[in-house]
Amino acid sequence: MPRVVLHSDINNFYAGVECLHRPAIRSRPVAVAGDPALRHGIVLAKNDLAKAAGVTTGEPIWKALKRCPDLVLVPPNYPLYLRYSRMARRIYGDYTDQVEPFGLDEAWLDVGGSAALRGSGERIAHEIRARVREELGVTVSVGVSFNKVFAKLGSDMKKPDAVSVITRENFREKAWPLPAKDLLFVGGATRRKLLANGIATIGDIALSSPVFLRSLLGKWGEVLWTFANGNDSSPVMRTGEESAIKSIGNSTTTPRDLACDGDVRAVFCVLCESVAARLRTHGLKGRTLQIRVRDCDLSSFERQGAFDRPTSLACEMVPRAMELFSANYAWAKPIRSLGARMTGLVPADTPAQVSLFCDEAARMKAERLEAAIDALRSRFGHYCIGRAVLLREGARFSINPRDEHTIHPVPFFKGSV
Amino acid sequence: MTGRDYSHPGKVYVEVTATFKEDGRLIPLAIVWEDGRRFCIDRVTDIRPAASLKAGGCGIRYTCLVRGKPAYLYFEQDRWFVERRTG
Repeated sequence: MPRVVLHSDINNFYAGVECLHRPAIRSRPVAVAGDPALRHGIVLAKNDLAKAAGVTTGEPIWKALKRCPDLVLVPPNYPLYLRYSRMARRIYGDYTDQVEPFGLDEAWLDVGGSAALRGSGERIAHEIRARVREELGVTVSVGVSFNKVFAKLGSDMKKPDAVSVITRENFREKAWPLPAKDLLFVGGATRRKLLANGIATIGDIALSSPVFLRSLLGKWGEVLWTFANGNDSSPVMRTGEESAIKSIGNSTTTPRDLACDGDVRAVFCVLCESVAARLRTHGLKGRTLQIRVRDCDLSSFERQGAFDRPTSLACEMVPRAMELFSANYAWAKPIRSLGARMTGLVPADTPAQVSLFCDEAARMKAERLEAAIDALRSRFGHYCIGRAVLLREGARFSINPRDEHTIHPVPFFKGSV
Repeated sequence: MTGRDYSHPGKVYVEVTATFKEDGRLIPLAIVWEDGRRFCIDRVTDIRPAASLKAGGCGIRYTCLVRGKPAYLYFEQDRWFVERRTG
């Protein structure tokens, strides 16, 4: 059965939903933005009028207002967006059980099996487009193709409320002239590297030698070459086919800039406790800790370090995080946000070699202690118990990253790389 | 920054008398307008999921015949609303 892959992308998702629910602002430039008082004041989404005025996603509110003084700012309402996301998925579910969400507003569908019943991919795409507009009051762009990568490319080609088809016959004319950055996974750094080597378009990638691309970009070079030539064969997941968790992490932008190691330790305590608790909830341990540091000028870096053996203990993660931090940051600037993430996950009951050189009794005690904290928090709430190091700051760092709403980027290769 | 209040004049939440049929269908019988007037629904001619651009929202849309005229009544999550006629 030939694959017929659709990629449906809700146009300006957050802003679209806000504009639907607030008729008064529809004819004005609108941006959904975080709370400036909590220093989450960046543009999360914008409508077409704001886009035309030069407002970009991710820029601080003050910058957006400079470009577009009559910009209407609305706070995000995640429960509302989740409702629309679910409604859209319910529509997709009428056409196939292979619906693979990519964030809240995007999804791949493989409708190859519905062709006899529902018609061609393009026809189904138009039906979905019309239904989402009628039933949800927001619009989607749909790309139709024979693989996921080109389907996604297609959904970006015409917006809003449109369908684009990329076939085996026309992908050279349609996809190849597009700039390389439009291809999935070509970000800023890759684009610059490619450009420096005279590779500007998707066609340039396709016609380069895979060996050369590999030497330039590592294994991703070859992956991109495969994508550009239309040979992406990754399947669209079935609904409910949970992808194995590859990493668990939390990050936060703190209410004030962090100025010393003590501040950083306090925030890493909060983050690592949350990550550790989530690892335990999922019955996992991690081998590698990754930290992410972003300074007040928004330049950031990531570092990672391995553990001798897998752990789900915050009391082991915090010192490792601090080691990584101290070895890599010289306090040139204050810090705005921090993240911690555990990767290399294994089931918690994986047999482990005990060590003669560390105090196993103490380690088991620590495990019992953290399990007890989990139990207390699940019965009496997150704030019933906390680290003394956080008391110094009063309520300021007492964030609850576990329950804070975060929308995680989704990996493309579910568990396969 | 605009607040989280979504209320606006185009969207009127109303009290509705409804019945559950034995097959599970939910059928509205009467609408109580803001000023207390009660309008009986003669017949429901169409039921489908739909968005209301005028009122700003989406849910299950019931096309109701009220005094011989069709009117849209929306069931959005746990509340009913109608579009306010303007002009």
